[in-house]
Amino acid sequence: MNRKLLTGNGAAAWGARLARIDYLPAFPITPQTEIIETLSNWIEGQELECRMVTLESEHSMLTAAGAAAVTGVRVFTATSSQGLLYAAEMLYTVAGWRVPLVLVNVSRGLSSPITLEPDHNDVLAMRDCGFLQLHCATCQEVLDNLLIAYRLAEHPRVRLPVLVNLDGFYLSFTREPVQIPSQREVDRFLPPFEAGSISFRGGEPLSEGVTVLEGSAYSYFRYQAHLASLEGIAVYEELGQEFAKLFGWDYSALECYCSEDAEIVLVMIGSFATKAKEAVDRLRETGRKIGLVRPRLVRPFPVAALRQALAGKKGVAVIDQNLSPGKGGILHGELASVLYGTPEAPAVLASFVGGLGGRDISSEEFFEIHKVVQRAVATGITPEPQLLYTEEELRSLRKMQSVARAVRSNQGGGA
Amino acid sequence: MSDTPYQHLRDLPAHHILGTGTPMCAGCGGLATLHQVYDILGEKCVIINAAGCMTLLSVYPCTPFHGSWLYTAMASAPAGAQGVRDGLDILKKKGRLSREEDLEVVVLTGDGSANGMGLSATSGAMDRNLDFLYLCYDNEGYGNTGQQYSAATPHAARTATSKGSLGYPGYKKDLFAIWAAHNPGYVATVVAAEPLDLARKIERARGLSGPRLILALAPCPTGWDFEPSASVEIGKLAVATGIWPLKEYVDGRVTHTKIPHPRLEVRDYLKAQGRFAHLFAPRENRKMIAEIQARVDRYWQKVD
Ligand SMILES: Cc1ncc(C[n+]2csc(CCOP(=O)(O)OP(=O)(O)O)c2C)c(N)n1
Ligand code: SF4
Ligand SMILES: [Mg+2]
Repeated sequence: MNRKLLTGNGAAAWGARLARIDYLPAFPITPQTEIIETLSNWIEGQELECRMVTLESEHSMLTAAGAAAVTGVRVFTATSSQGLLYAAEMLYTVAGWRVPLVLVNVSRGLSSPITLEPDHNDVLAMRDCGFLQLHCATCQEVLDNLLIAYRLAEHPRVRLPVLVNLDGFYLSFTREPVQIPSQREVDRFLPPFEAGSISFRGGEPLSEGVTVLEGSAYSYFRYQAHLASLEGIAVYEELGQEFAKLFGWDYSALECYCSEDAEIVLVMIGSFATKAKEAVDRLRETGRKIGLVRPRLVRPFPVAALRQALAGKKGVAVIDQNLSPGKGGILHGELASVLYGTPEAPAVLASFVGGLGGRDISSEEFFEIHKVVQRAVATGITPEPQLLYTEEELRSLRKMQSVARAVRSNQGGGA
Repeated sequence: MSDTPYQHLRDLPAHHILGTGTPMCAGCGGLATLHQVYDILGEKCVIINAAGCMTLLSVYPCTPFHGSWLYTAMASAPAGAQGVRDGLDILKKKGRLSREEDLEVVVLTGDGSANGMGLSATSGAMDRNLDFLYLCYDNEGYGNTGQQYSAATPHAARTATSKGSLGYPGYKKDLFAIWAAHNPGYVATVVAAEPLDLARKIERARGLSGPRLILALAPCPTGWDFEPSASVEIGKLAVATGIWPLKEYVDGRVTHTKIPHPRLEVRDYLKAQGRFAHLFAPRENRKMIAEIQARVDRYWQKVD
């Protein structure tokens, strides 16, 4: 084990390297590019034996990734936002091939307006494609979960591709101390892939992605993929324990922070959850019974664990770093379906949307969220979903607009 | 092409390995091409397919192929070929795949995919000098969706989206030239109605490496509106009228493998198909027919 300062992208590259990936189909996009550049340098320096190919698009990249996985080699690839959506058709397709591969998505808000900064609309747009989704909050988690992701994807009970998500900028470009295990340690946790029946070779014909002509066969294969994905919860827990034995810290589908005795619980995914933790600490110092629950797995969704962790709570605040226009926060809807009708469902399930396009969520806002939920618990009335935005922010945006208008009228343009 | 084992029709494979009973239409020129190609390639290949009529060949739980099959999507079959080729090469290098187990990677798509949505992936595969064979069956339209015009539809043809009295206003895209401009391993045009020429070209393509295209005119009774029994005749007419030049590109040179002499008039070809019926009735559109003839003449002037 070797401790080093690594960015989230660096941690992802180390994870892929230690997983001894065979094949890297690639395409550049900010903020992901550093991952493929790092791997490419290692390949050129002969530190990593892997074939890298830059495709002409992410759609082709995912096609090549899936097609190579069908031959039984270990495949890694990475993208972000526009690239993920450009490849969307192939994410669904490759998931249907039931082959293991790991795709890192470095979250970035979607156009338009165009931005390089993160939120979760890109990865959640791919929520239903059939890839398992692991969401990381720290650089260490990125590295570790890449190793776990291969075990998960290649597990005979799962055999589905896995997407590992990390937030652009906040994780991708932020240096944190990361424990890098030795290759020998990793080899013990992640042996070479035993492809079994996953192979294209002369004398053993195989058909992948065939047509089905009616709903019954289609449903059969879709249900199979769903059931395999659900298996992923128990398998992730098993792997998390096995990981702990070898490396000293464990992983679970749900991270529960001070939530056991909490009356009010925040629910979030991704790196902003570390900000939430800090707010929890500060509020705990003043005697507030607050906690945090963070799903690491978004697909499969750890429904039972969430029900258990939230049973009997007075109020839950779901903080969504995404926005489904016309509905609101996506996770909030997910949580409502998890909790509704369960005997000890919290009476208040409040929705907050924030952190879009890299916008920060400040401690004060976490305190305010706590206050709003506390009030709701007292009155028994769940508030309307709230879009986080401060008056100060609005003022400075208005100022920007008026400056632009002034410049334009000075240049003689219309208003 | 005297270096191939196919000198006479009797040299063609007598044993046919592609299964029958597929849902393709009777008289399908695309399927006829695939039969001939597959007989020569044998089962040691993996077919990477894009959305089109041939996607319906492999319908769960049956397949007419003795070899492997991977359906990708409409736009990215060549990228699928990239992944499979790379995967097999990695396995070979690691000693996990023997030479005997290696497969020829064959892309199979229609003209719509080849000329349009899939062209970027195709061009990319050529940039990377991918070792693969691309079989494009050109039925000159989006056949599977009901024969709307594609970039390969010939001028004046009636399609589901060009039903006016002038037919399709555009001109057929020159996919052969687009490929040749990439300086690939091999490019050839074929038609199932000329099986010996086709067999020689497949055999030749097999012996070469890099990106290789077999572009097959695929008479389509359903989309072109003619009797299935006329499929071979129409293929022969396409060659005899000079509308479909049989040629190949190797090492920067284009050679015509069959020069029709004397060339029949294009009207013989046009008149045989319902998709050009509006050129003959209610009144003959002499101007349009002459224009089509002139374009063909101009092409052959450059060849002669
Ligand atoms: C992305 C996408 N867009 C549209 C389609 C619908 N579609 C299926 S087959 C097809 C036509 C393909 O034309 P071509 O490549 O010429 O093959 P053909 O159908 O003529 O055999 C289309 C448009 C699709 N499958 N995928
Ligand atoms: S529509 Fe044409 S190309 Fe498609 S199966 Fe029928 S005959 Fe063949
Ligand atoms: Mg077509």
